[in-house]
Amino acid sequence: MATLFDINLFALFGQLLVGLINGSFYALLSLGLAIIFGLLKIINFAQGAMYMLGAFIALLALKYMGINYWFALILVPLTVGLIGILMERFLIRPIANEDHLYSLLLTFGLALIIQGVFTHAFGSSGLSYAVPDALKGGTKLPFMYLPNYRAWIIIVSVLVCAGTWWMIEKTKLGAYLRAGTENPQLMQAFGINVPLIVTLTFGFGVALAGFAGVMAAPIYSVSPDMGSNILITVFAIVVIGGMGSIGGAIITGLGMGVVEGLTKYFYPEASNTVIFLVMVIVLLLKPAGLFGKEA
Amino acid sequence: MKKTNTSVLSTVVSGAIAATMICSAQAATDGQVKLGILADMGGTYADICGSGCVIAAEMAIEDFGGSVLGKPIEMVSADSQLKPDVASAIARKWVEDEGVDTIGGLVSSAVSGAVSKVNADSKNITLISGSASNSFTTKACNPYNVHWTYNVVALANGTVKPMVQAGKKKWFFITADYSFGHALEGMASKVINENGGEVLGNVRAPLGTTDFSSYILQAQASGADVVALANAGNDTVNALKAAAEFGLTEQMDVAGLLVFTPNAQAMDPATAGGMRLTSGFYWDMDDETRKWSKRFEQRHGAIPSMIHAGVYSVTTHYLNAVKTAGTDDSDIVMKTMKETKPSDFFARNATLRPDGRMIHDMLYVEIKKKEERKDKNDIYKIIKVIPGNEAYSPMLPQCNFS
Repeated sequence: MATLFDINLFALFGQLLVGLINGSFYALLSLGLAIIFGLLKIINFAQGAMYMLGAFIALLALKYMGINYWFALILVPLTVGLIGILMERFLIRPIANEDHLYSLLLTFGLALIIQGVFTHAFGSSGLSYAVPDALKGGTKLPFMYLPNYRAWIIIVSVLVCAGTWWMIEKTKLGAYLRAGTENPQLMQAFGINVPLIVTLTFGFGVALAGFAGVMAAPIYSVSPDMGSNILITVFAIVVIGGMGSIGGAIITGLGMGVVEGLTKYFYPEASNTVIFLVMVIVLLLKPAGLFGKEA
Repeated sequence: MKKTNTSVLSTVVSGAIAATMICSAQAATDGQVKLGILADMGGTYADICGSGCVIAAEMAIEDFGGSVLGKPIEMVSADSQLKPDVASAIARKWVEDEGVDTIGGLVSSAVSGAVSKVNADSKNITLISGSASNSFTTKACNPYNVHWTYNVVALANGTVKPMVQAGKKKWFFITADYSFGHALEGMASKVINENGGEVLGNVRAPLGTTDFSSYILQAQASGADVVALANAGNDTVNALKAAAEFGLTEQMDVAGLLVFTPNAQAMDPATAGGMRLTSGFYWDMDDETRKWSKRFEQRHGAIPSMIHAGVYSVTTHYLNAVKTAGTDDSDIVMKTMKETKPSDFFARNATLRPDGRMIHDMLYVEIKKKEERKDKNDIYKIIKVIPGNEAYSPMLPQCNFS
């Protein structure tokens, strides 16, 4: 490991920070998936399409209705969440009692259709969404130039993740949710409307993807395949974190961002496979994931 | 269990039958001209050679008059899905069962390579318009390859050389980690070294990377004059976006080595404005290009990329050769194509060399700044015309199929 001492420490700090920024993005995306996948046991392959939808709705809202970034941050997740609610109610619920593979196939098909429609309508080259004026520019740190928007991503992601974690793990509503998915019959006997909780939870998980889409629009090319590119990585993160563990998804998201960032520095060719390598190792050593409970 | 066994068995049997059918292929010399267009209908490159490539070929057939050798010209098209195995299966079906004479469009070098192999076996002509690799007329050359539009040599000579000669000596590469990226980086590095520059380093980013910030930091730390993007499509757009965001564009020049018009349109003019690049074609060059491009735009809904224009041009040249030769025999048509000079709105001062490389004038262009643009299609200004023999490398003796 002698090479470690040859590395410019400043460069390393830069890479760590950039990794952390990407990690907070992963945390945001995997959080939504962890809620749907972990709590509702629905394998939602349309989560990437919802992320793409979030970015596109923000872009179209700006272009045709003059809705700026700040309003989009609130409006887009609501819209995408509503789409999710309709999806759960009319498409996923009818097959809720079937094998998990059915929901996988259904949502995968949906994702392909949505992506295909957007490619047809907007082409594959992507569109660009400007960084909001208030977040333009950046700060000169000793070891790197930190764009303000990236700093904003870390702050917002951490707040949203922490808020969601708190809501699910510490509030009464969260307790209902966890109990409702653990033992639906019993909860229903107590007079809790479990199907409604499931629908709302699915909507919330999907809304998080839409939110991440708005966050991503100013820094990445808004294109129909942006969601499918990132989805598998995010699934891997949820698996590493442990199914059903909200905190696990957040911490793993951040951690994998850093791992990927360092890989991009030391051996960039492997940067899109390193997370899967970690997944394999984790599954071999701890099949339930880092923070998952053994069944 | 039994059912599974039967289906496995039937797969094996049908595979074996298919394998026997693959042998003994021959080009159809039946006097019926049939073109196949293979494009990327829904993937990353759909905008530069998807349905637009089919439309361009249709236009060429219509403008030619719709029939040749006394029979109507037929055309089929399919989605390569950017997968070489899918592409070669389609190509095989076309040339063996459906009497297709020539396959065109062809975006992504891996796809074109696979199709070119199938066609060479069955003596069918491959009209490559969309791919960048120069291997089709060098190490993988064969008598039936025609490479139109552009290649990595022209891109490197066109974009890199003037910058090195203007004193930008130190380069850093952000390269797409697959055959095309490696070829482009290799060719550009050669041009840099030959002109007294040096390559300080490179990073190989996997195809489809969304976040380039890590690579941008490495490029910043390299102390280079120019950061070259040896990638294409959304990779280029995302890399440039990150470069602007992290302030790299203020310290160094960014050179996009392969930028198509839809990508240039997707870039923020504030950061892309002023960037210079090489293209085989620009719609707004003169009256001739404008006239064709307007017609294309009306049918396709967007201005043509250089690949679209290339498909039209090569299809027209092929049909002219069939007419002149009076046959659809591949060897005779190839000979005629190489003997007659292509000349249309796209092919300027052009010749088709015996190795299959089409040499024509290339354009060195600059992406316009926001205040210079009249509308969304007004993206390039032409700095100079690069004569074909300066843009492309000389023919290799082993690829001389005259």
